[in-house]
Amino acid sequence: MIPQNFEYSSPRSLEAALDQLAGGPDGSADGSTKILAGGMSLIPLMKLRLAAPERLVDLRRVPGLNYIREESGVLHIGAMTTHYEVESSALVRAKCPLLAEAAANIGDVQVRNVGTIGGSVAHADPAADYPASLLALEASVTLVSKAGERTMSVEDFLVDTMTTALEPGEIVREVTVPLEKSGAGTAYAKMVQPASGFAIVGVAARIGEGFARIGVTGLASKAYRARNVEALLEGGADAATAAAVIAEGVDANSDLHASADYRRHVATVYAARAIRQAISRKY
Amino acid sequence: MKQTTNLRINGTSYVHEVEPRLLLIHYLREVAGLTGPHIGCETSICGACTVAIDGKVVKSCAMFAVQADGSDILTIEGVAASGTLGAMQEAFWNEHGLQCGFCTPGMIMASRQLLERNPTPTEAEIRHGIDGNLCRCTGYQHIVNAVQAAAKAGA
Ligand SMILES: Cc1cc2nc3c(=O)[nH]c(=O)nc-3n(C[C@H](O)[C@H](O)[C@H](O)COP(=O)(O)OP(=O)(O)OC[C@H]3O[C@@H](n4cnc5c(N)ncnc54)[C@H](O)[C@@H]3O)c2cc1C
Ligand code: FES
Ligand code: FES
Repeated sequence: MIPQNFEYSSPRSLEAALDQLAGGPDGSADGSTKILAGGMSLIPLMKLRLAAPERLVDLRRVPGLNYIREESGVLHIGAMTTHYEVESSALVRAKCPLLAEAAANIGDVQVRNVGTIGGSVAHADPAADYPASLLALEASVTLVSKAGERTMSVEDFLVDTMTTALEPGEIVREVTVPLEKSGAGTAYAKMVQPASGFAIVGVAARIGEGFARIGVTGLASKAYRARNVEALLEGGADAATAAAVIAEGVDANSDLHASADYRRHVATVYAARAIRQAISRKY
Repeated sequence: MKQTTNLRINGTSYVHEVEPRLLLIHYLREVAGLTGPHIGCETSICGACTVAIDGKVVKSCAMFAVQADGSDILTIEGVAASGTLGAMQEAFWNEHGLQCGFCTPGMIMASRQLLERNPTPTEAEIRHGIDGNLCRCTGYQHIVNAVQAAAKAGA
């Protein structure tokens, strides 16, 4: 379990990190240099030699990437904020409980102590917990490169299994969540794969007056919004009726933990649970 | 290229030149000679390699030593540095919270973190708090009893 050798750098500013990611002030990014955040996804892959970057640029000592704050109705979470910091933040728990619930559901305490929200979205594991909630919350990511910044919805950012809209040379700088319209209730229901802690299927629901948002993880090649379920709920359908369509037309994942048919079935059950709980929490 | 790594482990300073790919668990066991943290799976699942870095428990097989440069590390050796058992160790001893003892260093580090953050956990909270640690002897009930006893003793 020894990774291939690599060069390690630990820049002390975002500028330096972007320079090093781009291969130096005049270089261009070529994919042989990777960002290291918490390492909870990247290091296991490197140990298995499924990833063998030539250089790692560690963001851990870059100041100004670890924060949780509210600014004019928007929650800003720095990319290097750990799952534990999100889970235990009084601000997140009060204003955006769905995100705290998702964070508390990730892996185990050792993973939550170091794994980061930026790393989780950048990694785009199709069974990761955050994406379901971030989709239901209509969150965005802000990306920064030497050319400047751009912001896009998490929905556009997640392209496919472990594939995002991140361009070479870009770093996820923060995740932003527009805070709840009053009256919304939220819940996350997850069937856990007991060995890894990952979701076999996870459904995040956010339901308020006249709107419903449903994020799904684990079921397909990427986390996505179940717009068919949302439309039924918005049209007045009950939880079971709406949840029943969640896997319609979905090319479901199949692995040794759960067949595609089983995953589809579990998705309807967990969707109904998340929807009922979200409705019961409407305030 | 080797890099200088400066660590404070159990209060003692260690300075070594290491390859960036050296995992922290290998550093601790083979360079620093601290064999309390164990290697169970080496795939970040079992928790036997758990140590605390700046007060937060991590799986040291899922981290490079260079990442910890400048940090304060606590291993199981530092928990009873004075030669007397810490309160959590005492509770594991009294409640038979170990059989072969292989998982115990990690279990104790994770359990200590749990009580630091939540001094009066429920049984469900204890099981959630140690779910990154596997015990092959499956002595979970006694481990939970031990954490409850340590909580009662105000550890
Ligand atoms: C035992 C175990 C159990 C787990 N269980 C779960 C679970 O139940 N649910 C779950 O969702 N996850 C789980 N995880 C994964 C965990 O949540 C990771 O922390 C997360 O997926 C990656 O975050 P990281 O900070 O560790 O990123 P890293 O591993 O450091 O990086 C991951 C990838 O993202 C890139 N990257 C990281 N940060 C940035 C950035 N700011 N900008 C651009 N690119 C970046 C890296 O280059 C790399 O390709 C588990 C991990 C382990 C080891
Ligand atoms: S040896 Fe590190 S988690 Fe098993
Ligand atoms: S006591 Fe033997 S592995 Fe836990």
